[in-house]
Amino acid sequence: MTRLEVQDVTVRFGGVTAVNEATISADGGQITALIGPNGAGKTTLFNVITGLQRPTAGRVFLNGNDITHTPTHRRARVGVARTFQRLEAFGSLTVEENVRVAADAVRKKAGKTVRGRQRDSAAVTRELIRKIGLEPYAEVRADAVPTGVARLVELARALAIDPALLLLDEPSSGLSEAETEAFGELLRELAGQGRAVVIVEHDMALIMRVSDRIHVLDRGVVIASGTPGVVQTDPVVRRAYLGDGDGDGGRDGDDHQDFDADVAVVKPEPLLPANEGGWF
Amino acid sequence: MAAILELQDVHAAYGRIEVLHGVDLTVPRGAVVALLGPNGAGKSTLMKVCSGRMRATSGHVHLGGSHVNGAAPDALARAGLCMIPEGRGVFPNLTVAENLRLSGLAGQATTAQIYETAFTRFPRLAERYDQLAGSMSGGEQQMLAMARALVTNPAVLLVDELSMGLAPLIVRELYEVLAQIAEQGVTVVAVEQFADMALAVADFAAVMTHGRVVAFDEPGVVRRDLAELYLGGDLGGDLGGDLGRAMPV
Amino acid sequence: MNIFLTYTVLGFVIGASYAIAASGLVLTYATTRIFNVAHGATAMVMAFTYWELAYNQGLSNWLSVLIVVFVVAPLFGALLERWVIRRVAEAGVGVTLVVTCAVLVGLIGAAEKIWPPGVHQLTMFFPGHGVTVGKVHVMGNDLLTIGLAVVVGAVLYGFLTFTRTGVAMRAAVDDRELLALHGGRPNLMASLAWAMGSALAALAGILIVSAQPTQLNYVSLTLLVVNSYAAAMAGRLTSLPRTFAGSVVLGLLNAYASGYLWTGPGWTGFREAIPAIFLLLMLLLMPQARLRVGRLAGVPGVRTPELRRVGIAAVGLLGAVLVGNAVLSAVNVNRMALGLCFAILALSLVPLTGFSGYVSLAQFSFFGVGALTVAKTHSSAPTAVLLGAVLAAAAGVVVALPSLRLQGLYLALSTIAFAQIMDSMVFQNPSLGGFGGSLRTVRLEVFGVRFTSDRAYAVLAAVVFCVIGAVVIGVRRGRYGRVLIALRDSPAACATLGLNPRGARVAVFAGSAGIAGVGGGLYAGLENQVGSTNFQFFNSLPLLLIVMCAGVTSVSGALLGGMLLMALNSFPGVQGYLFLVLAGAAVGLGREPNGIVGWGFEVWGRVRGHRRGRGLRWARVAAEAEA
Repeated sequence: MTRLEVQDVTVRFGGVTAVNEATISADGGQITALIGPNGAGKTTLFNVITGLQRPTAGRVFLNGNDITHTPTHRRARVGVARTFQRLEAFGSLTVEENVRVAADAVRKKAGKTVRGRQRDSAAVTRELIRKIGLEPYAEVRADAVPTGVARLVELARALAIDPALLLLDEPSSGLSEAETEAFGELLRELAGQGRAVVIVEHDMALIMRVSDRIHVLDRGVVIASGTPGVVQTDPVVRRAYLGDGDGDGGRDGDDHQDFDADVAVVKPEPLLPANEGGWF
Repeated sequence: MAAILELQDVHAAYGRIEVLHGVDLTVPRGAVVALLGPNGAGKSTLMKVCSGRMRATSGHVHLGGSHVNGAAPDALARAGLCMIPEGRGVFPNLTVAENLRLSGLAGQATTAQIYETAFTRFPRLAERYDQLAGSMSGGEQQMLAMARALVTNPAVLLVDELSMGLAPLIVRELYEVLAQIAEQGVTVVAVEQFADMALAVADFAAVMTHGRVVAFDEPGVVRRDLAELYLGGDLGGDLGGDLGRAMPV
Repeated sequence: MNIFLTYTVLGFVIGASYAIAASGLVLTYATTRIFNVAHGATAMVMAFTYWELAYNQGLSNWLSVLIVVFVVAPLFGALLERWVIRRVAEAGVGVTLVVTCAVLVGLIGAAEKIWPPGVHQLTMFFPGHGVTVGKVHVMGNDLLTIGLAVVVGAVLYGFLTFTRTGVAMRAAVDDRELLALHGGRPNLMASLAWAMGSALAALAGILIVSAQPTQLNYVSLTLLVVNSYAAAMAGRLTSLPRTFAGSVVLGLLNAYASGYLWTGPGWTGFREAIPAIFLLLMLLLMPQARLRVGRLAGVPGVRTPELRRVGIAAVGLLGAVLVGNAVLSAVNVNRMALGLCFAILALSLVPLTGFSGYVSLAQFSFFGVGALTVAKTHSSAPTAVLLGAVLAAAAGVVVALPSLRLQGLYLALSTIAFAQIMDSMVFQNPSLGGFGGSLRTVRLEVFGVRFTSDRAYAVLAAVVFCVIGAVVIGVRRGRYGRVLIALRDSPAACATLGLNPRGARVAVFAGSAGIAGVGGGLYAGLENQVGSTNFQFFNSLPLLLIVMCAGVTSVSGALLGGMLLMALNSFPGVQGYLFLVLAGAAVGLGREPNGIVGWGFEVWGRVRGHRRGRGLRWARVAAEAEA
């Protein structure tokens, strides 16, 4: 069974700490949710798990193997797939081609996936397009579909590599209520196939309904982990979400800033370098 | 109660992706309005439209009675609209003094006056006079950003996520400054995702979800229903019902 | 010791002129993020303007300098920013490079018209004056150059530190949008930066030509200031002090190389290549580019044709060539064949730039590898052309491998560095013809058929173009083509799907270079003789410009591009008009990246009432299908 373990991961961008000694885990067959206010470090954590961001400290294990320093494309080949909060569909390709690129990417010469099943990428693509309900858009360029559809394209594309661990970054934004309902069922079905599904989401109704386990992040720190019922009533969580009037739940004096950029903003270099107290 | 900032049926989109689906909002002159709502509701986009960084695809934005659709952000800034954007209100590669000096681009204050006002209110900035803004802590950076609002004495101040990622003590100090600015007669719109603090200083609170303003009321009324909105569960009260109905199709 | 001192002083003089030019380049790039390929051409035109004022209009040297540096050049820079640069501010690296290429080509064209070739007399500043340090005499002009570099550094420092406008300009480097929110005027800052950049280019140009009047010609000054790219890269195009340091180091390297390196014929090339090697090293020292995420980017493309249409188009082209053979004069048939060879070269940009989005300014070097192989083997067998293609592909791998870490502009600059190294170390190598020399070639013979006549050769070139064009289209329709486009749209998403971008990049560079090599091989056979001047790096600039304008995303665009390039070379009379068309098309690229051909397809589609071809139209069709 798949098991993801993130141990004591810290990510600093310059002097800014985005993730602070976060430890989370996710198991195959379950839906694990990652929630928290804006800027809590959720997407940064996804970037660490997929290898797009190198952690300052801490380790990432998949099925007991340390993958902290494995390049992103190798992680994909051992079954890690994700979608993006800000869309990363291939805009110049049609929806079908988007899925096909992914299906081709894992097709080995023997026609087997990394996980051993026989498959034909054209058939896999057709099947996924049908299953996710993308048929009306199959021939449309991905930069021309509505946001909600583009998120589904990313989901179909991620599924095309037949992942063991699926990371979904705000997949339901842009979906209607009815679509969100259906989407929840789809998530349950994916977990039912034995996959570990990790989801970052702001639609709390959806989260509370589908997830088995929730980790709550606040300012880069995991402040609570547990079942939906436990998390929903946790006073620390409520304070984190609703602001903290008296401050005893926070960390006084520890006034670091953090932000939840997909990838750290690359600061332009200064026209003149600065020394303390003047130039040159 | 004259409106200083008025939005009528404002739509805005990133490329083809529409994020604001018809926002109506009236901000009375001299009021402090907290603009709340979950992530992705379109609050920051609305701030971009108000400050001229993004053009509304349709609808109207009136500032002080003038129609300002399509006005450049720098023109709006010189006209008295001060915007402190989310997370990055300072120039990281300039010193504190240089950052303050640029505050003088809008408004009439001389550099000496700017320094005096800023350093009196924030003695910590005086200590860091020659330090690069980017090397300061998040709280100090936000103080520097707020100092700009303090010294330019704008007609309208828009603040996006003042508290993001900051410890409560710092946030409290920043909100005290915000209240002080409001006392000078400045109209304030403060965007917050999760904020008791904002509600405490606000005269009104507006709630956005899914690209629309779904509620505009006194802070006390809005506060009651926020927990349900953010954490799910029973959408009981009046507002909760409204919110439920306001979900887009 | 004296010799050492002499070369050290020389190094500082060279470094000082690099520093002045490079600081202008840095100012413009840092404030607008648009790399000005025409920086050197600006220096050239301004140096000519100076010469015009001082020697034709009889103004004094000093007055002329003041007029050019403080009036003409800043005005030119500001207008360029206002009317050209600002229009492409949001466009990709390819488009911005092409637009500044268009400016470069236009400036050279204008200079040729206004100041016809000839000997341009110039005197130095402070003739006969100088200072003797130890036993080394430093001329007044050289002292002036060093002194002005110091003054430029001091003035820039003072301006950027002590004036609010200067601070605002640095703020614009940090965050343009935030500057606007402060009430600053980012556009004004950009105009000011370009005005200052242009003035600095002018100053550098005037100083260089007054020291060496032979540099006052259209190309060498344009290229000489290219060396300042290398110095600017030492400051990663943004830091002024590091740019000054880089300039001095580069100047000293140049001076010591000319003083101490063995002066054999092979080393001349190495010496000339030093700035390019320096540029390449600086690029390789760049930190690894992060995979950027955060946008759903699609580049509008033309529709990929079905096989049936490809066949019809191929038959059409062959028919047209046969008709041309029948009706055109001998010299025009030769031009048609030349155009087809260039079209094959242009085709090499389609997978590389059109599909993958990499900008290469080394295509003429790959073309040259193919041509030289055919010339050196002196064989009429098609295997010579194939060997040329293989060697060119190998050169493509050599370009791709070290630059695997680089993206966008830096990748383009590394291809410039490679092309310059090829120019001075390979093409000008005496055993390969040498500079100005040439090698004789023979015509191809396939299965006993010798393509001696130009008419037969034109048909051969057309067939080769059709075959390669069909292969390119086939690649686009297949798995590999999808991967190339996916990698362009989102490298980060590709990595999360298990695609390793490195292999694909090396392969597309090799394939593209191979196509260019085939074009070069055919070109060598057609021309009967080839020399180093045919393949200069400089030619790759108009090539990229023309092919991008014609339509780099389609095979038809490559055909049009090849023909336009031929016209540019063979019909000097149309150059002026062609430049006008290209300048317009280049600025239009911001909105229509498929070039003239893409625009033509769109009009054709509308005429035929077909609502297809481009992304947004597809969306509308889909939305209607939904409703």
